[in-house]
Amino acid sequence: MERTDLDPADPLARPIRLVVTNDLKRARLTVLFRLLLALPFLLWLGIWAIAAFFAALFNWAIALVLGRPNEDIHGFLARFVRYATHVYAFLNLAAEPFPGVSGRAGYRVDLEIDPPGRQNRWTVAFRLVLALPALFLSVAIVGGSASAYDLVAASESGTRGLSLLAVAAMLGWFAALALGRIPRGLRDLVAYALSYGAQLWAYLLILTDRYPSSDPLTAVEPLPTRADPIRIENDDDLRRSRLTAFFRLPLTVPHLVWLSLWGILALLAAIASWFATLATGTSPQRLHRFLAAYLRYQLHVGAFLYLIGNPFPSFAGAEGTYPVELRVAEREPQNRWRVFFRLVLALPTLLLGAAYGSLLFLVAVLGWFAALFTGRMPLGLRNAGALGLRYTAQLYGYLFLVTESYPYSGPCFEAR
Amino acid sequence: MPRAARLALIALTLALAATLWIWAANALWTSGSPVPSSVHLPDLSPGSYFSPAFLERSASYERFLYVVGLLATLTLLIVLGVYARRGHVLMRESAAGRVGTGILLGMLGFAIVWLAEVPFGLAGVWWERRHGVSHQGYVEWLIGSFLELGSTFLFLALALAVAMGLAGIFRRWWWALAAPIFVAIALLFTFLSPYLIPDTHPLHDQRLVADARALERTEGVDGARLRVQDVHESTTAPNAEATGFGPTRSVILWDTLLDGRFSDAEVRVVLAHEIAHLAHDDPLRGVAWGALFGVPIWALIALLARRRGGMARPESVPLVVLGLVVLQLLASPFVNAVSRHVEAAADWGALNATREPAVQRDAMRKLSTASLSDPDPPAWTQLLFGTHPTAMQRIELAQAWEEDATARRP
Repeated sequence: MERTDLDPADPLARPIRLVVTNDLKRARLTVLFRLLLALPFLLWLGIWAIAAFFAALFNWAIALVLGRPNEDIHGFLARFVRYATHVYAFLNLAAEPFPGVSGRAGYRVDLEIDPPGRQNRWTVAFRLVLALPALFLSVAIVGGSASAYDLVAASESGTRGLSLLAVAAMLGWFAALALGRIPRGLRDLVAYALSYGAQLWAYLLILTDRYPSSDPLTAVEPLPTRADPIRIENDDDLRRSRLTAFFRLPLTVPHLVWLSLWGILALLAAIASWFATLATGTSPQRLHRFLAAYLRYQLHVGAFLYLIGNPFPSFAGAEGTYPVELRVAEREPQNRWRVFFRLVLALPTLLLGAAYGSLLFLVAVLGWFAALFTGRMPLGLRNAGALGLRYTAQLYGYLFLVTESYPYSGPCFEAR
Repeated sequence: MPRAARLALIALTLALAATLWIWAANALWTSGSPVPSSVHLPDLSPGSYFSPAFLERSASYERFLYVVGLLATLTLLIVLGVYARRGHVLMRESAAGRVGTGILLGMLGFAIVWLAEVPFGLAGVWWERRHGVSHQGYVEWLIGSFLELGSTFLFLALALAVAMGLAGIFRRWWWALAAPIFVAIALLFTFLSPYLIPDTHPLHDQRLVADARALERTEGVDGARLRVQDVHESTTAPNAEATGFGPTRSVILWDTLLDGRFSDAEVRVVLAHEIAHLAHDDPLRGVAWGALFGVPIWALIALLARRRGGMARPESVPLVVLGLVVLQLLASPFVNAVSRHVEAAADWGALNATREPAVQRDAMRKLSTASLSDPDPPAWTQLLFGTHPTAMQRIELAQAWEEDATARRP
């Protein structure tokens, strides 16, 4: 993904902003016992949630009558959402220090919430219904359901639904134990999920009438700019043809069949490449090109199917033919040990790939409705889907020995 | 070459091709043990076999479906007519190059047709549900038919990829090279078709299996697969089919035929009919008939495509789709006549194998009753829609066989 004119120029204009000031170092001891250490805070958050529930009902009624939330209740609910973000940042390893019990501003992963403003009474009245698409999307990003912030869902989120947050936290836990630091991509991915969850709760609790944005490029500030060997160039203009959007699934069937046939050859090529790279230390040029073309075609088809791109893609996977394009660097020498153990090393990425798969599915479903009604794909959904496609392309590139670079798990900007 | 000589050469070639076509059609028509030409169907009264109430009900039932069918066809032609004129603007939705864009335009043409025909499809479901012929829900039908578009698109994409790919190389004569490829594809799918039919399982009734094996021996077929397809959740109508060839040849019975409404003897008649299809190699002959109709149709399509710069250009695809549908509609009376001829031959083969004309008459009467089909529909509906002889014609055939057998008895 990259900055384009379509990206919001100033993400700080959002009424709910996640601020990350924390470094990546983690103490192995607190990481090992992170869940147990977080239990008292989760319990306290649960008690707080009961009061917040009733406060939210009052807030809803007041906003409905007066057209704006009550300032005191707004302050209380804002502090609740902020505290929940602190606790879950600590639990999911996005932050290191203990979060305290007050929900005061100043934590390393903090939330800035604008003061109460006027809200449209209609959107207040139907807030729960309007929030349904965001709630569906939160299943893939935050996990579980709207109850992602309650204790039970938190304890189970790692075992059901394969949300981005759960998988990123779990992988981050292993990484932090082994390295004493959490990888930047995983930290930013957790922060993205926390940002989306906070926006969703702020919307549900009438703290703001701004709809939650699923755009990973504005969720965390600042994001790194990366020049990975496998990267996406996105020149999509967000316009969607209603006709091709409506028939998107059946229109993709010939591509899916063709992709499956190509996939069989790609698998055989990857096996051949594995032996060759083990022997020579470099993937053969022809196999590298063939597999790069396969990855590109896979991305084109994925972009079309999940409505990340608009036009019908070609069957050849030729470079420069699609607005959502995959750039694959030339082959480079690879470490033979890493080649030998590639399948084992790729296991964590497959797990995260599955979580991104859930996100892509929901992006496609929600994007389908949006495209049908408005003729456009929402920017946030498009960018969330592009993040998923990018990770999937890097995953297959790593698995098929196109590159030795480990897939970057978090949101980032792409260097052209 | 002078113009007159060129015209004469074209006329000669066409005459030669027409002669060859007629010869091949005649060879196919007379192959496969057809009903002997000496057999004349007696004129039986439908009232002798069906109650007046049923005759009225079935005629009314089918009348509605014919009207819906005609309206759907009319809509199809109008929509495709508009699409043929305006469809090329959708090229902007493609980044797929020449062939890929053509495939997209072809698929979108049928997608628009699907949208336009949804009301007629729903009306048909409503009518069938109202008469207890179908159990299918409206949403279920809608989703099912939407997803079926996927397989339609797959075949369409394959056909257009072959046609446009060849047209890019061979220009005007692509159809002559495409024809054998299409025949090969048709053969492949006919061969695989028994495995593509969903929800089937082996026939478990050992008595019926034994009957089927005995009939196979009588009719000269060896070891066909006997399968049952579960359709009772969507329809009450009974049916069966014979498909595949060589090692895949199969008889598929709908489970609605085995739900107790039909006696073993009646099911045996149906089995004998389907085994006769296999004995006559009808699945293969179907491919041959398809090729026979297909070659001139593709030649005409190639001519039509030239109006938009040739088959190699994606702009020609909307017009080609319209041409293809119109030609298929024009050919359908002839195709239906062939189908009725083949079905009558299978009925005759079944009579020869079972030698039970009375059971066959009963089976045909029950099949007609169970599917609420008009036993004696108007001639025009048979011409346009009739792929099988009418129930009365099939009963009359059984009667004729009986009279023939009696006459031949010493």
